[in-house]
Amino acid sequence: MDSTRRILLIGYGNPGRLDDGLGPALAAAVEKLQPAGVTVDSDYQLTVEDASDVAAHDIVIFADASTSGTEPYYVEAVAPKAALSFSSHSVEPAVLLHLAQTLFNAKTRGYILGIRGYEFNEFGERLSEPAARNLEKALQYITLVLADPQLLDSTSGASH
Amino acid sequence: MQRLCGICPVSHHLAAAKAMDQIVGVDTLTPTAEKMRRLMHYGQMFQSHSLHFFHLASPDLLFGFDADVAIRNVIGVAAKHKELAVQGVMMRKYGQEIIKATAGKKIHGTGAIPGGINKNLSIEERDGFLKDIDQMIEWSRGALKVAKDYTVENLEAVAPFGSFDSNHLSLIREDGAMDLYHGNLRAIDAQGDKIFDQVNYNNYLDYIAEDVRDWSYMKFPFIKSLGVENGWYRVGPLARVNTADFIDTPEAEAARKEFMAVTDGKPNNLTMAYHWARMIETLHSIEKIRELLEDSDLQGTDLVVKGDRRPEGVGLIEAPRGTLFHHYRVNENDQVEMANLIVSTTSNNEPMNRAVSKVAMDHISGKAEITEGLLNHIEVAIRAYDPCLSCATHALGKMPLVVRLVDAEGNEVAKKST
Repeated sequence: MDSTRRILLIGYGNPGRLDDGLGPALAAAVEKLQPAGVTVDSDYQLTVEDASDVAAHDIVIFADASTSGTEPYYVEAVAPKAALSFSSHSVEPAVLLHLAQTLFNAKTRGYILGIRGYEFNEFGERLSEPAARNLEKALQYITLVLADPQLLDSTSGASH
Repeated sequence: MQRLCGICPVSHHLAAAKAMDQIVGVDTLTPTAEKMRRLMHYGQMFQSHSLHFFHLASPDLLFGFDADVAIRNVIGVAAKHKELAVQGVMMRKYGQEIIKATAGKKIHGTGAIPGGINKNLSIEERDGFLKDIDQMIEWSRGALKVAKDYTVENLEAVAPFGSFDSNHLSLIREDGAMDLYHGNLRAIDAQGDKIFDQVNYNNYLDYIAEDVRDWSYMKFPFIKSLGVENGWYRVGPLARVNTADFIDTPEAEAARKEFMAVTDGKPNNLTMAYHWARMIETLHSIEKIRELLEDSDLQGTDLVVKGDRRPEGVGLIEAPRGTLFHHYRVNENDQVEMANLIVSTTSNNEPMNRAVSKVAMDHISGKAEITEGLLNHIEVAIRAYDPCLSCATHALGKMPLVVRLVDAEGNEVAKKST
């Protein structure tokens, strides 16, 4: 229950459903780099207890596969949002930020890193070739971000 | 097999591991292996029950079934009952960390292996958990009080809500104690009379069968000796507290006695009593976690036992939602040729359908319009069972709740879906 790290990277998705594993794959790649001041986590989905970890960091990056849109990836600032309903075991990044803010008085800034994937509808622990290429580019980007987090704000919303 | 589900992967992991113990010819694990698996399992029970109560069920109990949906959710709980919401988050996190320490990962861990476990618990890990154990026990007591007080103070309204008499089934220890990890099968009827007792679960097929209906992807398990019509049963916290002669941790046992006193020692058949029973199990789980953490066997190094290969294995465990059956036949090339699973939510299929029917007749029948609040009444009844459909159905995709109101001629009067 470490509370000293500054940046939290959560890569989430199901590695058993092909490109849905892009988030965990990025987390695994970043973990190998062992960047200072960075906590890396990986999960199938975001859950309420992540709010506690989010609150213990200044910045949280939610790395997920995107099913459509910008290639090779997009970066988006995410603001806390109170969800209208809660009926599942998973939560969205904005709701998680809201819970961190409400329950733990967190001021954590959140960003979504959406890495474009293409194949999701079969079982298999592999990434498609174009998804693997996008992962490589996302890893290059996140390596720069971890060294200079201000890049997140200057590149949010821009095409990559 | 843990990949069947992201909600209770530990239960599938352990049930499959227990079946594979038999396949590799192992009937008794080393103390370290069994206690590590138990710690993993109680961690799963603790986090799963906490998540359900604080974040899925408590909005209904704290704000009312008809409350504005804009506040009847976890965000509303966080805003109005911050302390409870924080406790729920931290209890869930504590259980998840125990799973990570014992299974290797929070989800889809690999700690249990045929014949044992692949790691022990380090002193550092143990001390990290012991540091917070008193706080977890205190919060569990508080959650139990919320569930008990809610049930007792609202008994008149809660008693008939989605309720009906039923049989109950669970594993039970040889001395009659609740045991969530291992035991024999016990089934009782609505009055508490035993239908069968201390049945070796390897023989489950002699006692349990499954019915198939053309309108559902889910099967309908039943006790064979009673037949399809009368043999359906409930599993999970309510069933386990009902079937147990006692609980072997002091605070949970005191809570069980209070629970059973409400029905004069007879089984409690109230659907909404699942919440109270679930919180008794939460307290029991954290008491067991403390007991295990204080046991030096967890630092042992004798992790795996080997035996003579067998072709078939059965593993049962009490998952958070109820009795979970895993059964495999494996050929000489180590290929699984037959797998049969009866999962907890499937066993609760018939009861959940009856709960829906009861709530619909009591609260929706005769109304011209299905409001969101009325729709939620049905969800409240289903939610009491804490169902998980990931492994209970054979369907892929989203499963919205759809309610159709029809008149006496079968014409649709109203329809609403989530």
